[in-house]
Amino acid sequence: MMAPDPTTPGGSLLVLAILLPCAGIILSFVLGGRNAERVALGLTPFGFALACAIAFHVASAGKPVVYALGGLAPPLGIALRADGVSAVMLVAAAVILTAASFYARAKFATPEGAPESRIALTFWIMLQAIWAALTIIFVGGDLFNLYVALELLTFAAVPLVCIDGRPETLAAALRYLLFALFGSISYLLGVALFYGAYGTLDIPLLAQKVQSTPIVWMAAALMTGGLLAKTALFPLHLWLPPAHANAPAAASAVLSGLVVKGSFFLTLRLWFYVLPALPAAGAANILGALGSAAIIVGSVLALRQARLKLLIAYSTVAQIGYLFLVFPLAMGAHVWSDIGWSAGVMQILAHAFAKAAMFLSAGLLAEALGHDQIARLGGAARALPMTFLTLGLGGLSLMGLPPSGGFSAKWLMLQASVASGQWVWTLPVLAGGLLAAGYVYRILTPALSEGDIVLKAPPKRSREAIALGLALIALALGFAPQGFFDLLEIGRPLAAGTLR
Amino acid sequence: MSVLPFLDVALALLIVGLAVWTIAARVLFASVVGYVAYGLLLALVWVRLYAPDVALTEAAVGSGVTGVLLITAGKRLGAARAGEAGPAPGLAQKLFAGALALLVAGALAAVILILPDPAPSLAPQAAAAADGPGAGLGNPITAVLISYRSFDTMLEKVVLILAVLGVWSVGADKAWGAAPAPLGQRNPYGASVFLAQMLAPVGAVIGVHIFWVGADAPGGAFQGGALLAAMWMIAMMARITEPPRIDARRLRLALVAGPAVFLIAGLAGPLMAGSFFAFPHAFAKPIILFIEAFMLLSIAVALPALVAGPPSGRSE
Repeated sequence: MMAPDPTTPGGSLLVLAILLPCAGIILSFVLGGRNAERVALGLTPFGFALACAIAFHVASAGKPVVYALGGLAPPLGIALRADGVSAVMLVAAAVILTAASFYARAKFATPEGAPESRIALTFWIMLQAIWAALTIIFVGGDLFNLYVALELLTFAAVPLVCIDGRPETLAAALRYLLFALFGSISYLLGVALFYGAYGTLDIPLLAQKVQSTPIVWMAAALMTGGLLAKTALFPLHLWLPPAHANAPAAASAVLSGLVVKGSFFLTLRLWFYVLPALPAAGAANILGALGSAAIIVGSVLALRQARLKLLIAYSTVAQIGYLFLVFPLAMGAHVWSDIGWSAGVMQILAHAFAKAAMFLSAGLLAEALGHDQIARLGGAARALPMTFLTLGLGGLSLMGLPPSGGFSAKWLMLQASVASGQWVWTLPVLAGGLLAAGYVYRILTPALSEGDIVLKAPPKRSREAIALGLALIALALGFAPQGFFDLLEIGRPLAAGTLR
Repeated sequence: MSVLPFLDVALALLIVGLAVWTIAARVLFASVVGYVAYGLLLALVWVRLYAPDVALTEAAVGSGVTGVLLITAGKRLGAARAGEAGPAPGLAQKLFAGALALLVAGALAAVILILPDPAPSLAPQAAAAADGPGAGLGNPITAVLISYRSFDTMLEKVVLILAVLGVWSVGADKAWGAAPAPLGQRNPYGASVFLAQMLAPVGAVIGVHIFWVGADAPGGAFQGGALLAAMWMIAMMARITEPPRIDARRLRLALVAGPAVFLIAGLAGPLMAGSFFAFPHAFAKPIILFIEAFMLLSIAVALPALVAGPPSGRSE
């Protein structure tokens, strides 16, 4: 018996959104040289338009947009599904990747008539690969298809870390690769167990079938462990700071803002979409506890860094910790679950925009000053006012001060903790905010003090504006209307087999 | 009573022993040799499990190409100074890693024993739909790879491009565009030249044959492509031919041919059969073979490119 084709109107947009960057990779690789950059930049408006069109379809239909590839319904075929969260993530990724692309032109442009260069070809192709991988991760409906996306993401992200070619970047990239491959294998083992137990890898079909058996728990543990290694949740965070701090600024922004969110998004998919039927309060508390530890450890280490980019990278370790509070705060079908869910998604978005803005600014600062030693920033704010405005606004969101997306996320987390009676989770949220204030002031205080600073070269206004624009989006998220939170609820499973 | 169960147990014990040897061996080369043998024995296990397609892939890719890759990498590591290796892990770290590995392996073994028997499978459904997407293909594995899960297969080929570019990207800036360093010493009277001259033409024919029969029998673009790749590598190691320049348009076209043709066929799906990555029933087999032919090419070129490594700029 063949199941009916579940494809909905607008479904083909999902396929096109994935194939567009794939075609870009192929064209860039064959045409080479300056054309790689032209293709990558030329496709950004189309990628952005597709993301917006998908979001529009999801919002107007009020239910997920689905496409069954090859006209084959799952379990035989692969389905792509965009729900409310996918739509929001697609648009956010499109904005940040476009911003990073245009920011990166200063470093990775190939001049007219110049031969193809190593860094340019690698950068433009890997950036498009990250776009393709993230798109699949956000709309993939099949656990093995999502594994392929994880592989694509890893093979795109690792070369970006060592694109500068310095020995320490190679060491950082190799360490990242080892963690990421451990994560891939572990995830794949879990996928194999699911197939062995239930004969399907389609997420909604699995969700109807899974029961609390040792096989399911083993598969869940393996997949979660693998995804945590890729997301750099404490204590598997060791690879992240050197990798993100040593990559070029445009790559760091994408890696810290988006790439780690890819594997986190799959962790959400696993627990909220595949396994809503499991009594998972214990697992949720473990993830929440690891997240809390990440907030404290990451923030304290950020306070002790001498280099700006390393400080921002350790701040990512801490901010990733917040994401995992979504598990104790949104699991199950409680009245407070949707508050926790909104808080988690808001934290993904707020951190993505704020962190991308801060890494881009740190890159401008390092280029203008020739170093990024925090102790030697005296007077820098006067010389680079716009860059420090961006760092300050991004920091505002990291601290969780209003008005910002970071404030909304943390406020919702506190609300959900109180509403659910899980007071304990308010402690890491509040402590993390105080510590974040500490490390943001560590950047701003020396910069605002007196001092003579010699600029090697003033940064280009357009690049400063790109970074500032991302920081402003992080603030604007604080004004997100109710309609935005309603969109996040589209397609969110509440319990086994029920869709909102 | 059949002797086969005893052989199976012996095979399993041998594989576990080889795995321990591979981890415990002090010399990198010995470890790699252990790994290659391990892969070959694993291929036998797949044969015993009636999965000849997996066996072919395991032998060609898991043992063959990966083995060459590891040996080449080991040779390059040997050239690096020993001081760059960093301190060896301490006893506590080793014990912790060992305990963790044992725990995971033990838990996996335990749950595999309680997996449902017979295993739930999509095979009957796929067979019932045999006049549909897999039309005309006698080999269900090929039907799954190129038809039911064509999207995954296309994306995996894109990953292969990224892998090659990733390897190239760790080369030096000034060497960009040049060819990778030659794979072996030049010795016109060496045994390797004789081996390459005798084996490569035969191997190439077998590779194309494995691809061609893959539609109906065990085999396909992956296994055939891996064999073609191995033959090219043998020829390069004997210095009958040299790795190509990485900026050569023909090399790049060959690398993207598989994913590009697959992507175009997938995009043409709505015109041909009403859906992306769908093929019209009447022409499913020729279209699938057409796509596979280009994938064969891309695989046969990508694997040697991975082994040859980044561009070096040195000619000798």
